[in-house]
Amino acid sequence: MSLSNVFDIASSALSAQSQRLNVVASNLANADSATSSSGTPYKARQVVFTAAPVARARDSVGVRVTSVLDDPSPPRLVYDPKHPLADAKGYVTMPNVNVVEEMTNMISASRAYQINLDMMNTAKNLLLKTLALGQ
Amino acid sequence: MLNGLDEFLAPRLKALDVRVQRSEVLASNIANADTPHYKARDFDFTQALRGAMDARREVGLMRTSPRHLSQPHSGSLPVDLKYRVPVQASIDGNTVEMDTELAQFSDNALRMQADITFMSARLRTLQIAITGQ
Repeated sequence: MSLSNVFDIASSALSAQSQRLNVVASNLANADSATSSSGTPYKARQVVFTAAPVARARDSVGVRVTSVLDDPSPPRLVYDPKHPLADAKGYVTMPNVNVVEEMTNMISASRAYQINLDMMNTAKNLLLKTLALGQ
Repeated sequence: MLNGLDEFLAPRLKALDVRVQRSEVLASNIANADTPHYKARDFDFTQALRGAMDARREVGLMRTSPRHLSQPHSGSLPVDLKYRVPVQASIDGNTVEMDTELAQFSDNALRMQADITFMSARLRTLQIAITGQ
């Protein structure tokens, strides 16, 4: 039970949000990757957040990324007969990345990151004040 | 004399303890703002402080054998955690509302600063009494 638990909680949220931001970045970067090392089009990925207790603290829970799942939505079909990967009907299978969704996801992640950083700063200032007590 | 010193500082110390615990709970809420099915929690400060002040007066049990039962709630204060009622419930079952949580967290931090300031004023009073200047 101390203010350093606030640090643990905020840092768990920071790492979870940065992981989410990483996944968003890889989704956006591969929004047009028609093929990958496995030969199939890139599949969008999403992180799963789970509340996880931080060390020793009973009431305080941090957050953790427990898994990164492939997005189950169907791939995007683009009509482009000249493309080398086009099928018999002239359609190319493109990744199922929804760029608008990814952008909102990115903004949400960056805001959450900022808020947790602010919280950490507040806790730091309070700790410094406490350390200066009686001086 | 040391006992008197404890009495002199105890109320502020207890209040700080409860404030720190509340900041932990609110930090958990803010950290889990995007976790599905997470329920925001909080406790009543006044009630928790009263509980903490009463707990101080209770006589603890000494364990002279490892087979004795340990006391519950050693370490952190026994607070009555409740779930927050959301104004606008979200579809993923998460009840964290960032505006409420942030307002409460800042309020708590500000009051904690006030507690620290009062405490250092008390310490200064003591110092003046000791040095006589």
